[in-house]
Amino acid sequence: MSESETPLLDDLEGGPWPSFVSEMKRAAEKKESAKDLLRQLERSYEDRIGHWKHGGIVGVRGYGGGVIGRYSDLPEEFPAIAEFHTFRVNQPSGWFYTTEKLRELCDVWDRHGSGLTNMHGATGDIILLGAPTSELQPCFDDLAEHDFDLGGSGSDMRTPSCCVGPARCEYACIDTLDLLYDVTMAFQGELHRPMFPYKSKIKISGCPNDCVAAVPRSDIAVVGTWRDCIQVNQAEVANYANNGMDIVCEVVDMCPTKAIHWNPLTKTLNIDDKECSRCMHCINLMPKALRPGKEKGATILVGGKAPIVKGALLSWVIVPFMKIEPPYTEFKELVEKIWEWWDENGKMRERLGELILRLGMRNFLKAVDLPPVPQMVRAPRANPYYFWDPEEVK
Amino acid sequence: MATRTDFGPPNYKNLLPPVIKQNYGQWLYHERVSPGILKHVAESGDEMYTVRVGSCRLVSTDWIRDICEIADQFCDGYVRFTSRHNLEFLVSDASKVQPLVDYLKAHNYPVGGTGYSVSNPVHTQGWIHCHTPATDASGIVKAVMDDLFEYFVDSKLPAYCRISLACCLNMCGAVHCSDIAILGIHRKPPAINHEVVQAKCEIPNVIAACPTGAIRPDPKNKSLTVNEDRCMYCGNCYTMCPGMPVADPVGDGVSIWVGGKISSARSAPKFSRLVIPFLPNNPPRWPEVTDAVRNLVEVWATHAKKHERMGEWIDRIGWERFFELSNIEFKEQLIDDFSLASETFRSTPAFKW
Repeated sequence: MSESETPLLDDLEGGPWPSFVSEMKRAAEKKESAKDLLRQLERSYEDRIGHWKHGGIVGVRGYGGGVIGRYSDLPEEFPAIAEFHTFRVNQPSGWFYTTEKLRELCDVWDRHGSGLTNMHGATGDIILLGAPTSELQPCFDDLAEHDFDLGGSGSDMRTPSCCVGPARCEYACIDTLDLLYDVTMAFQGELHRPMFPYKSKIKISGCPNDCVAAVPRSDIAVVGTWRDCIQVNQAEVANYANNGMDIVCEVVDMCPTKAIHWNPLTKTLNIDDKECSRCMHCINLMPKALRPGKEKGATILVGGKAPIVKGALLSWVIVPFMKIEPPYTEFKELVEKIWEWWDENGKMRERLGELILRLGMRNFLKAVDLPPVPQMVRAPRANPYYFWDPEEVK
Repeated sequence: MATRTDFGPPNYKNLLPPVIKQNYGQWLYHERVSPGILKHVAESGDEMYTVRVGSCRLVSTDWIRDICEIADQFCDGYVRFTSRHNLEFLVSDASKVQPLVDYLKAHNYPVGGTGYSVSNPVHTQGWIHCHTPATDASGIVKAVMDDLFEYFVDSKLPAYCRISLACCLNMCGAVHCSDIAILGIHRKPPAINHEVVQAKCEIPNVIAACPTGAIRPDPKNKSLTVNEDRCMYCGNCYTMCPGMPVADPVGDGVSIWVGGKISSARSAPKFSRLVIPFLPNNPPRWPEVTDAVRNLVEVWATHAKKHERMGEWIDRIGWERFFELSNIEFKEQLIDDFSLASETFRSTPAFKW
């Protein structure tokens, strides 16, 4: 038996969790590029360093983003991945597929690329890993034949994403899938042609559980919520209690605003909805008994991002409640106003949250025409360094 | 023919299974049937089962064709993915659930990741396909999940435990709000290549990219200099300029962060906090990392109350107690010296020993 070329990686074929090494080997049976990728990765495991060159600009006709250039820094040793570029393909809302559609995607990628993919990338796109420059346009043309368009890259609107929403989740306060599709279609130019100061992310979650991490991960976050009372089914509340749930410890005591009262005699819950902050804890625990209210909409937050450049930020509330209904005009107009201010004032590689910190939330709110309300802050300022408009001092 | 552009993703409406189309927005409640299996019930009385399966994210088209065959056999040709790289089979015929689960288990697909489990780690490309990594991504995730497999296929933890990995500070995986975050870091300043800087880099943009103002022009070399006392190795300059490489086999490794959360349930979303500033890159299985992660999961699982996430548990007991219980050495790197450092310093003599 011949000795393996990849002894370090071979070790990662053992164990119960699915093995990406086995997946690479399956692709390597058919594609020289996947074989060289495996060999180069083994080299990285030996050298403890990556072996891809810095960047590289590639693309397809009519688009400024969606394809990421990637070149091996060992092209003589691994010629089949000398050029090994990535496609970001815009995923369908909620990552729903028919097997027919998935097979079409596989056929396209087997014709043009390495046969390796990420299902999915962290932003949400389908990632097709590795095609040479000469295959980029043919591959995109083939993708387009099957109605798969590219996602975002560079300083553009990145591919937005949303949670499973009303397709399967009873918590969904807004139609996340439809809003996502509508926004993606409305902003195709912004998605495909980078012209902003930096990337801009939009994520849409149907409730405050935030399954797509809109608050930590997006410049513009839409999080479903409600304004009226939690819907209570007292018979089901009693069932939870009778089936062993410790209502006091698990529900009442863990309510962050102490808005829930339990009557052990009647086995009923009384929720003081005026004091409820709609955090979802009680609903998560008793989905059969409790449901979000009926007056539904979303909270809009802005400014979230990972560390680069000036540190990570969580998004901040700018609209406590907005109705989210087709044709979604109010939301899209707000997005356009936000982008206009950012585009005008942002420095190169300055995300929206960093710009708001630099120029002040006060100036941002004026620019996008939103009134200051207490729901925007955890606490008012604790320093005396504030501004007045000269017009106000007369 | 002119190239067709800007037609957008496939319309999701054409990709939803019939049971979803019929009950769209009309779901009443759900139950966690068993680890990996959810049952959703609609107002119409229709039921749909979800069988969740962990995947390794980096998959071949052969794997996708395999799962298509499974979906054709058990789910009328429909399948979906989750935001954490899991696969979900949606079954409207209750009698097909057990045969599907049996099939999946027989073919080594891990069924789990629901409820109070360690779900699939969100992660990035690492050495496989990224140009700025400080570590690999898929390899560490594989090693960690082999070790924590029992927590994926069961839901025996106090609450959700979300593990994420990003292979550098760019954090494509946005790990900064995870119960346990594994983050690749560099520890050496950029090794400046003046020729490359001269040929390929916009000097002002590179200077502006430095969060600590450590980069200055070097007029003599028509290049840049780095004040090494100020550099914290973020790699931002390299993103802007290939003449500023920071990756290094000795300098690079992994840091561990804990206590972040995304959801607003009970408490507001919060950042993960640094607890282990460096562990070495030790492929193929990164034993120092898998040990550290298991220790964190188990310390939390032993001491937390029901429904209490890692960060909520630590908030209750205090960080000083956390370091005692987890037996993690408190190193100077854990004390913040970046822009909002003072928010993390203690201003009261009321604390625990």
